[in-house]
Amino acid sequence: MRARAGEAVVFGMIVAGLLGILGGLVLSVGALGTPERVTLEVLAQLATVLIVLFTLLAIVVLTLVWLERKQLARMQSRVGPTRVGPFGLLQPVADALKLIMKEDVAPGTSSKLLFFVAPLLVFVPGFVVWLTIPFARDVVVRSLDMGLFFFIAISVLSIVGLVLAGWSSGSKYAVLGGIRAAAQLISYEIPIIMTVLTVAMLADSMSFVVVVEAQRTVPYIVLQPLGFVVFFLAGLAEVGRTPFDVYSAESEIVGGPFVEYSGAHWAIFFLAEYVNTFVIGAVAALLFLGGWSWPFGDLPAAAGVALFLGKTYLVVMAIFWVRATYPRLRIDQLMSLGWKVLIPLSFAVVVATAVQLFYDWPRWTLPAMSLAVLAVPVVMQLRGGRRRALAEARRYAERAVVVEAKPRPQRPQEPLEPQEAGA
Amino acid sequence: MPPVGYAVDWTAIVLAFGVGVAALGAMLAVAKLLAPRRPSAAKAIPYESGIVPTPLNWTQFNIRYYVFAILFLIFDVEAVFLFPWALIFLETASYVFYAMMLFIAVLLFGVAYAWRKGVLEWR
Repeated sequence: MRARAGEAVVFGMIVAGLLGILGGLVLSVGALGTPERVTLEVLAQLATVLIVLFTLLAIVVLTLVWLERKQLARMQSRVGPTRVGPFGLLQPVADALKLIMKEDVAPGTSSKLLFFVAPLLVFVPGFVVWLTIPFARDVVVRSLDMGLFFFIAISVLSIVGLVLAGWSSGSKYAVLGGIRAAAQLISYEIPIIMTVLTVAMLADSMSFVVVVEAQRTVPYIVLQPLGFVVFFLAGLAEVGRTPFDVYSAESEIVGGPFVEYSGAHWAIFFLAEYVNTFVIGAVAALLFLGGWSWPFGDLPAAAGVALFLGKTYLVVMAIFWVRATYPRLRIDQLMSLGWKVLIPLSFAVVVATAVQLFYDWPRWTLPAMSLAVLAVPVVMQLRGGRRRALAEARRYAERAVVVEAKPRPQRPQEPLEPQEAGA
Repeated sequence: MPPVGYAVDWTAIVLAFGVGVAALGAMLAVAKLLAPRRPSAAKAIPYESGIVPTPLNWTQFNIRYYVFAILFLIFDVEAVFLFPWALIFLETASYVFYAMMLFIAVLLFGVAYAWRKGVLEWR
């Protein structure tokens, strides 16, 4: 009964979302009376481009899996995969094939349809975002006017998929993981929204192309370093990478929403994590690192694409590096980092940027304000951490029970006797 | 490149969802063909550290998640107001800027209140 009601609610939500998108389509085609017509030729063109994009993305994701394993291995003084293909490059392909050939088990308690739909809901938004991410000025499928807003609106959808996966499994760990995913991801969504908003204010546009063009001379990481820090941390949490992988923590809730998944459906979750990581890397590169632009003049399109991909891989490798360095946060630390540090900081970013733009202060005041605000939590953390550590050490010292070692009674030593063979 | 316009943009969005679902669907179909299928009663038991699970599979969870959801809702609604404002506040009358600063101040006061009340503590 309970499962039925939940299914009905979730399907209502999905249908409502689809109706919204279709409504937008109908409105834009019909009521607004746009001059262009969506002909079959346009449809075919779009479909071809999207299929090519999907294929490229799939290849990139497989190389990312390899890259992460190699990088982590190097950081832990291992060699990583070496056997399959040159430098172990085909290892992810072999893994994917293995997963596809495994049995796809669904627990008897699960609500089957939702259970099998949930992985798609996590993966597909990560792909749809690429619709509007430009690789170079003209190398983009559709340069949407509301690109930044589109990115936020679409990437949030994967939260629904995770909650759904957790809930529909009908397993205790999965439910806990799903609820944790909801709490974590919505908390860290706000800093992302605020930092993206800052970029929109600076560039006076919400189109990715215009944002990058505005960073020709000075990338926004220089103007707004705090914004980049907040975006990076919140992005890490948003894709559930290691210091923030509280919702899928293997050693606490054994994989969270993914406990019951196996075979191809689990493979989709696995790939979705990398797609989303790559999206965060790409968006960070576009919003803060200047995308395909370069402060020393114009670049040809191919070089621009290479530069953009290089910056993206740089961010992604930083994300992997964080995974190799930091242990997982506890859930209370995670929530307080989100609500007590990142959200106030992200508002500080927005207000500082708005004030600088509105009063038309010189440009250097923005990084100065940004760094000053960033210094506050750093100093507080360092001082507070020291104070807490000292207090804890004192508590332990008070509670310590000193055990006096008694001298042991000396046992008379037994003389070793040789064992008789065959006794 | 297809022509510029909202109709094409929307079509592309719908198509992108379609392509994503279709590609993954193809992968799942291949998996269905290749993967073995031997269901058994033991496999259908949900995982619970190797013991037979207790009957309530949708376990209870703490009410504090609900508080965070409500707080999030406030901020999310606010984002809807902030985005249009961000693009026009330099061009329009200056009270637009002050009004939004006031709005943000009220919101931050809300967070400070929740913080002071101990709502943000995870216990």
